[in-house]
Amino acid sequence: MIPTDRRYTREHDWVKFEEGIAILGITDHAQEALGDIVYVELPDIDAEIEIGESYTTVESVKAASPVDSPVSGRVVEVNTELDEKPELLNEDPYGQFIAKIACAEVNQDALLTAGEYEQFLAENKED
Amino acid sequence: MRQSYKLIFERSREGRRAYDLPALDVPAVDAVPANMKREGKLDLPEVGEVDLVRHYTNLSRRNFGVDNGFYPLGSCTMKYNPKINEEVASMSENMHPILDEDMAQGSLRLMYDLEGYLCEICGMDAFTLQPAAGAHGELTGLMLIRAYHEKRGDDARKTIIVPDAAHGTNPASAVMAGFKVKEIKSAPDGGVDLDALREAVGPDTAGLMLTNPSTLGLFERNIKQIAAIVHEAGGLLYYDGANLNAIMGIVRPGDMGFDVMHINLHKTFSTPHGGGGPGSGPVGFKKHLEPFMPVPALVEREGMIELDYDRPDSIGKVKSFYGNFGVIVRAYAYIRSLGGAGLREASENAVLNANYIKNALRGVYHIPHDRICMHECIVTPTEEMMEKGVHTTDIAKALIDRGYHPPTIYFPLIVHEAMMIEPTESESRETLDEFIGAMKAIANEALTNPESVHACPKNTPIGRPDETTAARKPIVRYTRPE
Amino acid sequence: MKSYVPNTIEERREMLKAIGLDSMDELFSDIPKELRLDRELDLPAPMSEMELRDLMIGYILQNDEGGLLFRGAGAYRHYIPSVVPQLAARSEFYTAYTPYQAEMSQGMLQSIFEWQTVICNLTGMEASNASVYDGATAACESMLMMRDSKRKSRVLYSAGLNPDVIAAIKTYAHCYGIELAKVPLDKFGLTDMDALKAALPDSAGFIAAQPNYYGCIENMDAIAEAVHEAKALLVSYVNPISLGALKRPGDYGADIAIGDAQPMGLPLNFGGPYVGFMATSGKLIRNLPGRIAGETTDAEGGRAFVLTLQAREQHIRRDKASSNICSNQMLCAIMSTIYACTMGPEGMREVAEQNIAKAHYLASEMCKLRGFTLRYNTPFFNEFVVDTALPAEVINEALKEMGIVGGLILPDGGMLWCATEMNTKEDIDFLVDMLNNIIEGGEEA
Repeated sequence: MIPTDRRYTREHDWVKFEEGIAILGITDHAQEALGDIVYVELPDIDAEIEIGESYTTVESVKAASPVDSPVSGRVVEVNTELDEKPELLNEDPYGQFIAKIACAEVNQDALLTAGEYEQFLAENKED
Repeated sequence: MRQSYKLIFERSREGRRAYDLPALDVPAVDAVPANMKREGKLDLPEVGEVDLVRHYTNLSRRNFGVDNGFYPLGSCTMKYNPKINEEVASMSENMHPILDEDMAQGSLRLMYDLEGYLCEICGMDAFTLQPAAGAHGELTGLMLIRAYHEKRGDDARKTIIVPDAAHGTNPASAVMAGFKVKEIKSAPDGGVDLDALREAVGPDTAGLMLTNPSTLGLFERNIKQIAAIVHEAGGLLYYDGANLNAIMGIVRPGDMGFDVMHINLHKTFSTPHGGGGPGSGPVGFKKHLEPFMPVPALVEREGMIELDYDRPDSIGKVKSFYGNFGVIVRAYAYIRSLGGAGLREASENAVLNANYIKNALRGVYHIPHDRICMHECIVTPTEEMMEKGVHTTDIAKALIDRGYHPPTIYFPLIVHEAMMIEPTESESRETLDEFIGAMKAIANEALTNPESVHACPKNTPIGRPDETTAARKPIVRYTRPE
Repeated sequence: MKSYVPNTIEERREMLKAIGLDSMDELFSDIPKELRLDRELDLPAPMSEMELRDLMIGYILQNDEGGLLFRGAGAYRHYIPSVVPQLAARSEFYTAYTPYQAEMSQGMLQSIFEWQTVICNLTGMEASNASVYDGATAACESMLMMRDSKRKSRVLYSAGLNPDVIAAIKTYAHCYGIELAKVPLDKFGLTDMDALKAALPDSAGFIAAQPNYYGCIENMDAIAEAVHEAKALLVSYVNPISLGALKRPGDYGADIAIGDAQPMGLPLNFGGPYVGFMATSGKLIRNLPGRIAGETTDAEGGRAFVLTLQAREQHIRRDKASSNICSNQMLCAIMSTIYACTMGPEGMREVAEQNIAKAHYLASEMCKLRGFTLRYNTPFFNEFVVDTALPAEVINEALKEMGIVGGLILPDGGMLWCATEMNTKEDIDFLVDMLNNIIEGGEEA
């Protein structure tokens, strides 16, 4: 099930807004495509991130995937639990965030609702 | 077959030793300041000589080299490494690298002569032997391109164009040399898409990196147009020499329009790869890049070979001394053994062997670009095999059980499930036939008994390793149990 | 004619026929005619193995490697136990490619793991890679590690680094966009601490040498303290042989330990192949460039070794990779590993102590001669600088006539001498006698 409390990008990332803070993570589809995640390169606290800039790289054994931010702003929190247990992103992609950004600007055009994302997934399904 | 093997550290017994030294014949001195003295004993193995010898001898038996069998690792040119070359490479082991030039004329002359041979083979004007490996050569070559544009005040040229089929080192080297990378998509036939290239070039173009034959093992037929497009835009052409084994004596990168290139001596020129190195990555270039070459340059003056450091526009040094000399000597010996006709014969037979394999596998495996290939061919599992859940990895592991080193797998990235087979000229028809037989048997097994393929390899010291845990919780050194 | 192609002409014809071709030329029909070489390559004629051996001996005879060697300066002659070349000559090792297929490469992968352990234990660090090209390129790669982990592009280096290393980092720094700043040595031949402290603010780190190029033993405790005070990283460029006697980089808190392992079991070989090592504290492991072997288990739970953390590398990350390196110096690393395991803890200690003793004996005997003075009044390892009244060129030219390779002449006219366990007392006494003769000859002339 795709949670309806947040927005999605066509790059299979999610963002949830809570009082000016953008909480960022990757979707179930993203974790499945990557396979077993072995490392998450977390951004520094206080790092300034631009829209479209990669704020993290998620690594599996065979791939390294930079994740672009749909928002700009300052990193205020990172999920340090991922340092020890990157597999949490595989196990619970919607329950585990990667970073929280004090949001300055949002690229609304890039964001889909849960329904739109579900449709996007269906349209782009590999056959 | 499964058998784990102790580490040398686990064989250690306190007090054992495998070394001896002459008694100290001068007074011992206590010269190290107290705060810089190491305390305690170094944690290194304490073993007897026979333990050490057996350890590494048996460890070597858990490894596979060209001397053990067929090694068709695409893009790596695993040809036979002649034994005489090993012997001659050890002849100058006691030469210190910093000697007066008149004491090192033999070694310097050999390097100078090799540079000349490489110029002739590649159609270049000059070579440097300093880079230690292919990727190091790429970096050095790109530094030359950068220095060339900088010297001309052409400062906007900051972008290197790289086809998406390129070796991963190409974009990585370009970034290390301080360039931005613009990747262009390949045309459906795997070659450079000329329209995409025309669109990509501009006043910011520093150059294009290309390997020809391409990583698909196909000759880039439009090479003249490609060279013209890049040169007209003011860029330079870099030749990735990883695939040079296809074309020695047949066509030369310099004649195709390339300005600068590297060679992997450990591929084309038969120097052994040592399980990961040392390699050697000489860089060749046309006249207009010569002022920027690394120092020292070898020059001949009055019959003497000299080391010339007085080159104001040089990029500087890219490593200590003059290159991996021991590797350079082997490549020299290889070229002198074969001569011009012999090198051409090597390339012809490398290409023949690849086509022979490709032809025999047609209909059994899928061949994505089925035209005459160069020194390597790419095949993939058929739809039917993949429906049974048998993928490239599985076929590779099944080859291991049959005594072959697998081809390069999952490269180039633009071919789904690629297996890149490079037999080289070293292999006899029987070896190729046996390999083809093994590939066919595996294909059959994939369709009739896929579980059996999935269980491979069965005849190796270890089964398929858990790479995920290795990367999640890296253990990169031995620590003694508490 | 020499050929390594086994197939006969007849077999080649049959193979061509099997693929539906009549001639070799047809294999190359994709190559535009006008580009093809219409002649044979202009190279010397092929030769038999016997002729080749003679030819190569001919080159060697044009060399004069000298009988006695008192020179180091980045390449050191040490005793290499017989087991080292003998075991490295196992062709299962040397004719293999990089261990991409773990199941048939356990020998190489375990050897890399053992090398990483040797390097970690020698340097006191927690993680090592599978090697880089040489000490100079290790220094270059360490600049990238510092820049990326500190996100600062200014790097300091000691004037006591080997000049070849300095030359290489200058070449690389220009491309990386790194601003390099030199920290000078003081009159004792040691890092000028005031200059270091003044230069440190806003720097990613400092590359120090221990012992430094002039042989001097630096106070790395003080250097580490200053560097860490400024929240910068300390890279320690060490001679691994010295670690038999000197504190390890990890002991004084270095963040990255690098160097060239040539002194451990590799012949001089006119400058290569040698082998660079890089080791670091655990937290910088993902910044390490190049290949790394790791321990894991196979499907049945047995111990297995693999190449790991590959997502850092160029074949996966392409333009985002931490480095472009792929081939390294693996066989040389195995040789150094076998050397270290042959010597063991006692052997490494004894070699280091013999080096110190021989170099000090040479220095003290030499400096009894008229016009020979030790430049730095500082503890040294196996090298030292001597200033001479006679021009150094005159001294070395005369020594050359006697089959002796003297100390390296520095740009300022001083001489950098080296003695190792290979130099016997007899050799050293002979050298000093000869130097005495040269002085007397010079005075008579």
